[in-house]
Amino acid sequence: MKARAFDALDRLGIGRAFSSSLGLVSGGFLVILIAVALTAPWITPFDYAAQQLGNSNAPPGWPHLLGTDEFGRDVLSRVIFGARTSLSVSATAIGISVTVGMTLGAAAGYIGGMFERAVMTVVDLTWSFPDILLALIFVAIIGPGLTSTMFAIAIAYLAQFTRLTRAQIVRLKRETFIEATVNLGAKPGHILIRHLLPNAIAPVIVAAMLAVGDGIILEATLGFFGLGAQPPTPSWGAMMSSGTAQLFLAPWVIIFPGLVVAMTVIAVNLFGDELIRALDIRDRLRGT
Amino acid sequence: MSAFSFGGSADTRVQNGSGMLLRYTFRRLLMLIPVSISISVVIFMIVHLLPGDPIDNLIRVGSSPEARERLATKYGLDRPLITQYFVWMGNMFRGDFGQAIVLRRPVSDLIMQNLPFSLTLGGLAFAFSSVVGMTLGTISAVVRNPILERFVRGFILLGSTVPGFWLALLLILLFSVTLGWLPVSGAKTWSALVLPVLTIGFGGIALVARVTRVALIDVRHEDFVTLLHAKGLSRSAILFRHLLPHALVPVVTILALRIGWILGGAVTAEFVFGRPGLGSLLIRALGQRDFPVIQGSMLMLALAVMLGTLIGDILQAAMDPRIREASK
Repeated sequence: MKARAFDALDRLGIGRAFSSSLGLVSGGFLVILIAVALTAPWITPFDYAAQQLGNSNAPPGWPHLLGTDEFGRDVLSRVIFGARTSLSVSATAIGISVTVGMTLGAAAGYIGGMFERAVMTVVDLTWSFPDILLALIFVAIIGPGLTSTMFAIAIAYLAQFTRLTRAQIVRLKRETFIEATVNLGAKPGHILIRHLLPNAIAPVIVAAMLAVGDGIILEATLGFFGLGAQPPTPSWGAMMSSGTAQLFLAPWVIIFPGLVVAMTVIAVNLFGDELIRALDIRDRLRGT
Repeated sequence: MSAFSFGGSADTRVQNGSGMLLRYTFRRLLMLIPVSISISVVIFMIVHLLPGDPIDNLIRVGSSPEARERLATKYGLDRPLITQYFVWMGNMFRGDFGQAIVLRRPVSDLIMQNLPFSLTLGGLAFAFSSVVGMTLGTISAVVRNPILERFVRGFILLGSTVPGFWLALLLILLFSVTLGWLPVSGAKTWSALVLPVLTIGFGGIALVARVTRVALIDVRHEDFVTLLHAKGLSRSAILFRHLLPHALVPVVTILALRIGWILGGAVTAEFVFGRPGLGSLLIRALGQRDFPVIQGSMLMLALAVMLGTLIGDILQAAMDPRIREASK
């Protein structure tokens, strides 16, 4: 069982991606970030919501390593809990997007014809629109909050996964081993699930990982506009939004959450690049 | 761009090409019809998907029953949805975007007031990213220095990963708070444009630099360049007179296709720097749930994206005969 888990990791190129120095640094950063997000309630030095009005806008130092905000809340604790919000919102949204996108893309690529054209027309419609505009439409309908942020991210990146999966399926359908399976009398469902999808999954997973990075930026941006996470939920974007009023007094309230967002997205991109190299799928990712 | 273009048959080929391009443009314009209908339906449906009577979303709380009656008649809110859509679209075409709930003015006035600011900012950001990006891209393609190449690569990575609003805040901290050179916000002076343009341009520079670099490296070994060298032209003459104009088309194309991204950047920059513009109008309206304004400004932004994509697609087709062929 254990050997199989390692085998799966290896097939996804995780091990090889970690073997370069850039991969090790970026991948290590992401592992630590995820660990921090998971253990947030136990490792934060202070209660993220505890207000100390006598100690507001304190500069970084001891005991508040990254300073405090306008209500005297500990910035470090809020950044740590913000990791929870940002990562879970973005990852859940991309998870939905990948599931729906892969289903649509696989069906479109496999069935073809009018169905394929209809799906791709709708999907291309969202593709041509900037993610922020799509997100704002959702906010207008559902109202500000994390739910609409999640839906917005899911819709914004749906086109990418649909197109990518479809391209993989169309390419694989012509391969000899699939033809052989068809001739052996395999049912379409069996071919799709056992043969086509497993061979199509690697580029989708890498694209999903990169999209989680973009999702984090989108979540932070909506939060910054005051349309994402609502107080008192700690979120990187929302922290910076309330920090703008104190830009002159307490710049650290803005600098640190933004720095973590930037570092996270850079790490996601660098590690994604290493994965692409390890799996040798650059061409397959480009062909959409 | 092959050696054939110097031959006598080139003229007929070019003519065929432009004929096909015309047909492609026409087809592309036809495709705009279903796209714009779908988008306008989505924007129209915003008020109807919300819980409650759509009229509550279109009028101030506590308006007189007569005012509600007038609005209901104007939009035909008692008629079927499809009729309402056509009435709404008809009003839009006549430039009647309805009445803003919070600001109590016609939405079209608000849009006309904010549009020039957005156009100035977007245009300047467009020009800024093209000029700086092409310069960087050219340097990295001509001077083949590994350290420089790393620098450009790093810049491209930063340009696509650093959140725009955070960059804007850092720029304010540096140039307005610490150095005191530039105003924090507003739109009264030209100097107030510097930081917003930098903010939007940052991601664009990276993109343009990459496209320019690839375009220059791709054509460097083409036959016509060898011919130019053989003619005895200096390297700089070849670069400025022949290679760079060649790279200009892909750069303009990619920027036109990414117009949505410039608009997205403009939304952020307008919001952070407190500038008037379509973006800040939209964000404020979303916060206040002022639906006529949301619908109007979204429609304008969507229109801009569609036009940008249209121009980008046509330019791309003009460059790449394969696209023209495929659309036949």
